[in-house]
Amino acid sequence: MTSSTLQSRHLLGLEGVTREEIKLILDTAETFREIIDRPIKKVPTLRGITVLNLFYEPSTRTRISFELAEKRLSADSVNFAKTGSSVSKGETLKDTVRNIESLKIDMIVIRHSSSGSPYFLTQFVDSNVINAGDGSHEHPTQALLDMLTIRQKYGKLDGLRVVLIGDVKHSRVVRSNIWGLKTMGASVAVCGPSTLLPYEVEKFGVDIFTDLDEALDGADVVNVMRIQLERQQAGLLPSLREYTNLFGMTRDRLHRLNKNYTIMHPGPMNRGVEITPEVADSESSVILNQVTNGQAVRMAVLYLLSGKKEERGEEA
Amino acid sequence: MTVNGNDIIIAGGRVIDPALGFGKEADVIIRNGKIENIITPIKAKRTYEDVAPDKIIDATGNLVVPGLIDMHVHLREPGREDEETIVTGCQAAAAGGFTSVCCMPNTDPVIDNQETVKFVISRAQEAIANVYVIAAITKKSEGKELAEIGDLVKAGAVAISDDGHFLQNPELMRRALEYAGMFDIPIITHAEDSFLSAGAVMNESYQSTRLGLKGSPSVAEEIAVLRDIKLAEFIGGRVHIAHVSTAGTVAAIRSAKANGVKITAEATPHHFTLTDEEIGKRFDTNLRVNPPLRTRKDVEAVIAGLVDGTIDCIASDHAPHAEEEKDVEFDLAPPGMIGLETTLGLVKTQLIDKGYLNWADAIRKMTINPARILGLPGGTLEIGSAADITIIDPERKWTVERNKFRSKSKNSPFIGRELIGQVGHTILGGRVVYKSD
Repeated sequence: MTSSTLQSRHLLGLEGVTREEIKLILDTAETFREIIDRPIKKVPTLRGITVLNLFYEPSTRTRISFELAEKRLSADSVNFAKTGSSVSKGETLKDTVRNIESLKIDMIVIRHSSSGSPYFLTQFVDSNVINAGDGSHEHPTQALLDMLTIRQKYGKLDGLRVVLIGDVKHSRVVRSNIWGLKTMGASVAVCGPSTLLPYEVEKFGVDIFTDLDEALDGADVVNVMRIQLERQQAGLLPSLREYTNLFGMTRDRLHRLNKNYTIMHPGPMNRGVEITPEVADSESSVILNQVTNGQAVRMAVLYLLSGKKEERGEEA
Repeated sequence: MTVNGNDIIIAGGRVIDPALGFGKEADVIIRNGKIENIITPIKAKRTYEDVAPDKIIDATGNLVVPGLIDMHVHLREPGREDEETIVTGCQAAAAGGFTSVCCMPNTDPVIDNQETVKFVISRAQEAIANVYVIAAITKKSEGKELAEIGDLVKAGAVAISDDGHFLQNPELMRRALEYAGMFDIPIITHAEDSFLSAGAVMNESYQSTRLGLKGSPSVAEEIAVLRDIKLAEFIGGRVHIAHVSTAGTVAAIRSAKANGVKITAEATPHHFTLTDEEIGKRFDTNLRVNPPLRTRKDVEAVIAGLVDGTIDCIASDHAPHAEEEKDVEFDLAPPGMIGLETTLGLVKTQLIDKGYLNWADAIRKMTINPARILGLPGGTLEIGSAADITIIDPERKWTVERNKFRSKSKNSPFIGRELIGQVGHTILGGRVVYKSD
């Protein structure tokens, strides 16, 4: 059964979001995906709605994807970037948002380095809040677009084996993927160096590997996470070179996967570090399709949340 | 019986003084600011016919205990008078039933010299609680050079601590213990290995994994505690472990005590009440505290440590913070919560009503135990001692309200919580300094 509405007026994460709600978002995204592929890529759905894109962290894909999603739905959007703003003058997040909201904003898309900051916003704004990535916590629209991409290829998520590789400890993409994929009935494994597997990660209900070849055995989907140079500096890795040797996604590992396997990466890629160009650009790679789907998913989320009003400060 | 104009009779209450092993209904007679007598059995009211009615406090159904002592508070003066002053902090203390508080030295400037100790003591003359100073171990609490500990003690410091920071250098801690031994004062350890806890904003657990927040592992505390136990054992010095928060710490202290090491410890109400699971429910920055809220297993171990005497004292770690500093993203907020006005209610609600401690054991941990550890006067109702007395209505229900705090800061995660047990009167040197509505 498909529900026709989302329970919350915000999208703060995928933890606690039901199977019916995820299905609703993905189904809605499919219809918007058709619009993106038309010559005239615009519908009047959100005419008169104003969306604030509040980006406290750098972003290419997510920011442009949200902005285009808003434009294709005929919403008005304003963009905030931390650099060049009054944040450098010491203005707090709360003051910044309350001031911008006074200009009559309906929805806020927030990217922030602090986990929980989207929830923090819901305590004092009237707008619908969409999490575009908070710290190492969640990145729900990324996981939704990953699931849409997988579903398009296999026609289902149930029963598929998905392996998430890399910096599990710091990755919000991994967390949102775990919540979403498990809710949708997929079997999930994580794989990375033990220094980048967070404490009690097994409580997520996923299989855990520190040997990439073992993790890949019998998997359908491989989602490769970006590894950052800072992890080496923080003493979590001896070197990126060793990381590549142990956890790099290379062609010679592909035979362990199920036939009709899929290679994914949320970007931005470090070619030659966590994934070789050969694998990233192979026929089984859907990395660019993920990006296109991202726009459709964000259109769906904006559409489904717009106009939803409830009391401020509700439990999200 | 006649009493003079300054005298008070506390009539009909149940008097509990763990130091004297006393626990029955009695009348307490106060004269000239001192405890004149404790009369039992209680007399009929007419016995005091010649006493003005406003000099008699009817304590029927209430507990009459030695004025409570909080051995771990932050009064923020000098430096952050916008968050708390010695005067307002002591108003909060009085409202919480405390007649004595010990203030930590992490002010601005740090209490690491005689002049600053004297400043705090002089400011405390106007306050409605006794204020005892805990001075810094090292200059500016930077962990590099010893402060002039002899001078600090001469000026009135009752203990030393670099609270807020762990004295990471073990050689310096060894020297500090040796040196402090000359003055017979304890060193209060903020046990937290700063390498293991770097950047952390909560406990490291499934909760930090789930929320993507940087966690400090319980071993960061336990390694620090174990080091200081070994140093105290080696030197023969006195170490007091502040704000015990993990099961491993409780176990380490328990075994050290069994081995005769001179070690004592305290726990806070939040560490015997709250777990790290609270954080993800609302990202309330008032739940950001150091040491962090731990797991259910740790909370249970802290309670067990209070029950078996491993943990000697209950202290609030009252840490006021300005609203603007807490009204931010979770990981940007400074750690700390206020506690002076909620400690007694949490002790009753979480420890006594749940059957872990009786009143005498609970009061002991807030009176004579901290008094003995720090060599303070008070903590008892012994005849002739200063009339510092707290009267408690043990069954009164009340709700913690933001606008009722006497503290200048309001950063409490307990706002809205119903507690049982409330202070009726707080009496300092024979003077009623707080009376409930």
